[in-house]
Amino acid sequence: MSTTPSGPPVISAQQLSKHYGDFRAVDGISFDVPAGESFGLLGPNGAGKSTTMRMIGGVSQRTSGRLTIMGLDPEEHGPEVRAHLGVVPQQDNLDEELRVRDNLLVYGRYFGLPMSYLRPKADELLEFAQLTDKATAKVDALSGGMKRRLTIARSLINEPKILLLDEPTTGLDPQARHILWDRLFRLKESGVTLILTTHYMDEAEQLCDRLVVVDKGRIMAEGSPAQLIRDHSTREVLELRFGSERNTTVAAELQGIGERLEPLPDRVLIYADDGEAALEQVTSRGLRPITSLVRRSSLEDVFLRLTGRSLVD
Amino acid sequence: MTDPTPARVQETAAPPYRPSAHPPAVSAARARTFGSWYYAEHVLRSMNSYRWTLLASSVGTPVLYLFAMGVGLATLVDRTAAGAFGGVGYLAFLAPALLASATIMTAATEFTYPVMDGFKWRRVYYGPHASPLSTDQIVNGHIIAITARLTATTIIYFLIVAAFGASPSAAGAAAIPVAVLSGLAFGLPLMAYSAGVEEDKGQFALVMRFVVTPMFLFSGTFFPLDTLPVFLRWIGWISPLWHGTELGRALTYGYDVPAWLAVVHVLFLLVLAVIGWRRARTVYARRLGR
Repeated sequence: MSTTPSGPPVISAQQLSKHYGDFRAVDGISFDVPAGESFGLLGPNGAGKSTTMRMIGGVSQRTSGRLTIMGLDPEEHGPEVRAHLGVVPQQDNLDEELRVRDNLLVYGRYFGLPMSYLRPKADELLEFAQLTDKATAKVDALSGGMKRRLTIARSLINEPKILLLDEPTTGLDPQARHILWDRLFRLKESGVTLILTTHYMDEAEQLCDRLVVVDKGRIMAEGSPAQLIRDHSTREVLELRFGSERNTTVAAELQGIGERLEPLPDRVLIYADDGEAALEQVTSRGLRPITSLVRRSSLEDVFLRLTGRSLVD
Repeated sequence: MTDPTPARVQETAAPPYRPSAHPPAVSAARARTFGSWYYAEHVLRSMNSYRWTLLASSVGTPVLYLFAMGVGLATLVDRTAAGAFGGVGYLAFLAPALLASATIMTAATEFTYPVMDGFKWRRVYYGPHASPLSTDQIVNGHIIAITARLTATTIIYFLIVAAFGASPSAAGAAAIPVAVLSGLAFGLPLMAYSAGVEEDKGQFALVMRFVVTPMFLFSGTFFPLDTLPVFLRWIGWISPLWHGTELGRALTYGYDVPAWLAVVHVLFLLVLAVIGWRRARTVYARRLGR
């Protein structure tokens, strides 16, 4: 957040919609992304994030609304728009019959890039993706995290200024995710505009300057992670577990503590600026939770507040 | 290109070890012009990774067939039915049919499972689809690559046919493009069909069993079509294999085909190929773009 991006937006969407028959996958969303910003679409599965990404990526036609990427309409200037982008799709689509390095070379050819550029560039990207020692391995011999890093390396072969990442770390173990976040953070530092979808709040908090919370094809809220938490949640959250039988019944006895109460099947959340003070009030009422935990509010809480549902079911 | 002088290095202002990509507008312009070839290059590189398997089957198949049927069976047939095949031996009669059917069978394999692979299993098409290439170029590039593969296989087949002395006519080599055209006439409609298959429930195995095999057996391959009862001859008439075989026979041993009929054969194959190609483009665009 050290830089304040300015200038005309590299991506601009107005009332963007995509319907499949009666189903409104994307239902009139609007946003602008300035150059160099890291912009996130946060929402549960089926919220319309991937559909939005595919429209930005110039591979899916919108039903209505306006959309420009670098000032170009992807439906009129598909190749020109896609030439600006690096794309990391939700599902890897590497060519498993080719070796790791050849995947990069072949992809670079789609941009008409000459081999004299591609050979050193491929080596540089393998280094960046920490795959140098796998250069001649077959793709199907790679782990999930390595395949993901290779997909990211592949998306950078044309040195794009805009990188689209659709759930970049879904399905990866924590260590692999942290390696990936580190690589993405470096790209962000080098000035690449990142557009990413995720249903992981920690990912959104780590990587996004600004994000929109999306649910059922609509934007529920917009802002920086800190601002969204400030606007839609309290500073702290007290999590209490009374055992799955009692959580809902106990909730009635907790009324009045903190700003807001959220009984969930497995626990009760009390939203309060001072969690410890709230806990004291709970115990002073003679209630003895099995476990109690005070933590900071997160985007998960924002999402729960806005939609009444949790992000990952 | 000449060696860059220090002045020129400064002029481009790029560190020598880190070349820079050309601008997106150049990428887009090149992709618009050469995109089909870029994708063909990719597919050929993938094929190259199992080139020894391809080469072994390209050589092994004709050798096996020509020995078993052409030599073994032909000895028997020529003894009992000499002169039944327009004055040539059974091997010469059979060879052009085997040539065309080998190409068609290779096309049947290449235009089914790899297409499914592109859409579903390994989703290979979705990589280029996100690049500056268009869906038409992905279709065209895949067809170009498979055509190159069919041509290579057919050339090898023909050389082995020639080595068996089964292509007496000087124009024999012209049977190669005819066989490739037959492969496309069968393969491109099949490509359009494959692109519409959402889930593999054994459809391709059914195509092999109930389309390819009967076509192989009843297209005048092993005996002239007019020895079949009239009510079965239609199989040959609608079969790209029969049209390709008849043309091939005319070219390899001078089998007498009237000029008008030769034109019909070529047109039939061309029309099938073009219909399949156009249909495939529509189906690909719909499926990739949703």
